[in-house]
Amino acid sequence: MAEIPKEEYILRCTSACAGCSSSLVLRYILKAAGPDSVLVVPACCTSVIQGIYPNTAMNIPVYNVAFASAAAVASGMSAAFRSVGKKTNVICYAGDGGTVDIGIQALSGALERGTDFLYICYDNEAYSNTGMQRSGSTPLGAKTTTTPEGKRDAKKDLDRIVQAHNLPYMATACSAYPLDLYKKVQKALAIRGPTFIHILAPCPPGWRYPSEATIEMGKLAVKTGMWVLYEREYGKLSVTGASKGALAKPLPVGEYLTRQGRFKGIDAATIDYVQQSVRDNLARIAREVEGVC
Amino acid sequence: MLMVATGNKAVATAVKDARPVVVAAYPITPQTEIVEQIANFVESGEMEARYIPVESEHSSMAACIGAAATGVRAFTATSSHGLVYMCEMLHWAAGARLPIVMANANRALGPGWNIWAEHSDSLSMRDTGWLQVYVGSVQEAYDATLMAFRIAEHDDVLLPVMVNLDGFTLTHIMQQMETVELGDFLPPCTVPHAIDTANPGGYGTLTPPTEHFKFRWDIERAMRDSVGVIRETEAEFARRFGRQYAPVEEYRCEDADVVIVAMGTLGKEAEVAADVLRNEGIRAGSARIRWFRPFPAIDFGDADVVVIDRDYSFGSGGILAHELKAAGMAPYSVIAGIGGQEVTYDDIAGFVRNRIPGGEYWFGVSD
Ligand SMILES: Cc1ncc(C[n+]2csc(CCOP(=O)(O)OP(=O)(O)O)c2C)c(N)n1
Ligand code: SF4
Ligand SMILES: [Mg+2]
Repeated sequence: MAEIPKEEYILRCTSACAGCSSSLVLRYILKAAGPDSVLVVPACCTSVIQGIYPNTAMNIPVYNVAFASAAAVASGMSAAFRSVGKKTNVICYAGDGGTVDIGIQALSGALERGTDFLYICYDNEAYSNTGMQRSGSTPLGAKTTTTPEGKRDAKKDLDRIVQAHNLPYMATACSAYPLDLYKKVQKALAIRGPTFIHILAPCPPGWRYPSEATIEMGKLAVKTGMWVLYEREYGKLSVTGASKGALAKPLPVGEYLTRQGRFKGIDAATIDYVQQSVRDNLARIAREVEGVC
Repeated sequence: MLMVATGNKAVATAVKDARPVVVAAYPITPQTEIVEQIANFVESGEMEARYIPVESEHSSMAACIGAAATGVRAFTATSSHGLVYMCEMLHWAAGARLPIVMANANRALGPGWNIWAEHSDSLSMRDTGWLQVYVGSVQEAYDATLMAFRIAEHDDVLLPVMVNLDGFTLTHIMQQMETVELGDFLPPCTVPHAIDTANPGGYGTLTPPTEHFKFRWDIERAMRDSVGVIRETEAEFARRFGRQYAPVEEYRCEDADVVIVAMGTLGKEAEVAADVLRNEGIRAGSARIRWFRPFPAIDFGDADVVVIDRDYSFGSGGILAHELKAAGMAPYSVIAGIGGQEVTYDDIAGFVRNRIPGGEYWFGVSD
């Protein structure tokens, strides 16, 4: 960890919940990005944790914008900076709702237009800011305040949607592995053009587990293969970090699901279904890595 | 330079002359020609701006916000459905105090689909904190667009400006116009609160009830200050380029017994109607409201007022009529020109002849 700078861009006074992983990883993201960066934040928990005007816990310019607009605001900002010869990093930091649901059109447009920016989606698998309603990114079976019996639809596959835009760099990450994320942010920011990172970010009150288990929850997601760490450079896929082991020998998904209150009462058939989809997904990734797809 | 141009071409030419750094736009009839023309200027190298062909109007305004937030000049154009689609971002642009300029080709809203002139689109965005000007000729479309940048970017204003021109009856008609040699009429754009990574700060941070109203009051204070900035800008424009404008264009109003109030091309048509009526011995005048926000101070003494609204607030009345009532008048409120309904100067003269002070008349419906 010696290479990680000591500078802090988030002061220790955010209003995030105890064990909030999306704000923990933001610290590393900003360290990787450095001071010549602007964070564009749509409505989400991150718009709240900064604190209340006239104070801010952020030591970097943060441009808060309307829910659907982050990628489009970044388009204009990046075009303006580049026009006047500035290299300033333009980084969107958006929740899953602001990305896979209301913000997907703006994101797709910005990616297609080759916007020089980094879009980071931290995925806590619900609309946490407004009280844990379902999002398109909520997984099958998860209880939210709008799916009290558990979500009946599967999680939207954001990464394959983004991949279809053929961007130079995209990656997944998980808050339990900040060093892996740190390197990916550095890599993304070194590339001109649109880059994208999708971070699984467990949320204690939303997922209903004790806040001290927040790192463990991220690790379980990766070890069960529910979440896969990878990067795609100019289309070429490579699995990174802990996912290498998980790909060969994943833990049963039950070990992840049964630790979270949101999956309480999930039936065996749903667990089997989830297990099978994880198997299929891991096999698909393995095939692609081996170059046999 | 003298040229013959459409209203759309006039706006695009003014934007080229104003040299924005970013133009982000989305096509919609009858505005499309503006963005096509600008895209062409950029491709041909006549304009240095970055043209961002966004995927929606919500995003065109968002991109202008992102650009202006860095302190550069930004422009977009839209109409009707595009304008109301970006409503959320219109509030954001004004609230963030960004001097964005936008042209809006006034057009009706569906259903049913209707591409013709109406003011309901821009007037339904009345309370967003944007300055609004309505133009009546091709020359004025050019001049007002140039002035809009200077007014928006003025330190005492720092609010976005919407330049409205009637769909088809102005966007698509050809008139002679003259461009100007801008010189330093338009100083470089500076936004005092532009993003500066050397001096980080939060923008649009959560604002509590003890603070929020102060920002809203600041918008109103800037609106009030814009009255003087508009006057000064129009005077300076006249001094340099010889064309004089005022917030209200009065025509034969001095001794008038009845004044016709309207906006846009109907305001021009009303001038002809005033001539027709004068020939009949009716002392009529016309007052074309150019700046709708900030709303100008108006006073027509004891004269009757006939106001034509190309818009309506359902369950209430004509929107321009309301402004006059708020100014203490009892106008005869005529609703005419909705969705491109044809209104001639003879029709307008008829409204005046048959006026009932305080009454309301829907052209084509009431009789
Ligand atoms: C246009 C609009 N609709 C709804 C909202 C209310 N809203 C604010 S944040 C939010 C959910 C955000 O969810 P997500 O993007 O996943 O971020 P999280 O809160 O989980 O961090 C919603 C629905 C809004 N601000 N704007
Ligand atoms: S609700 Fe979840 S994402 Fe939001 S601040 Fe709390 S822990 Fe973080
Ligand atoms: Mg979320």
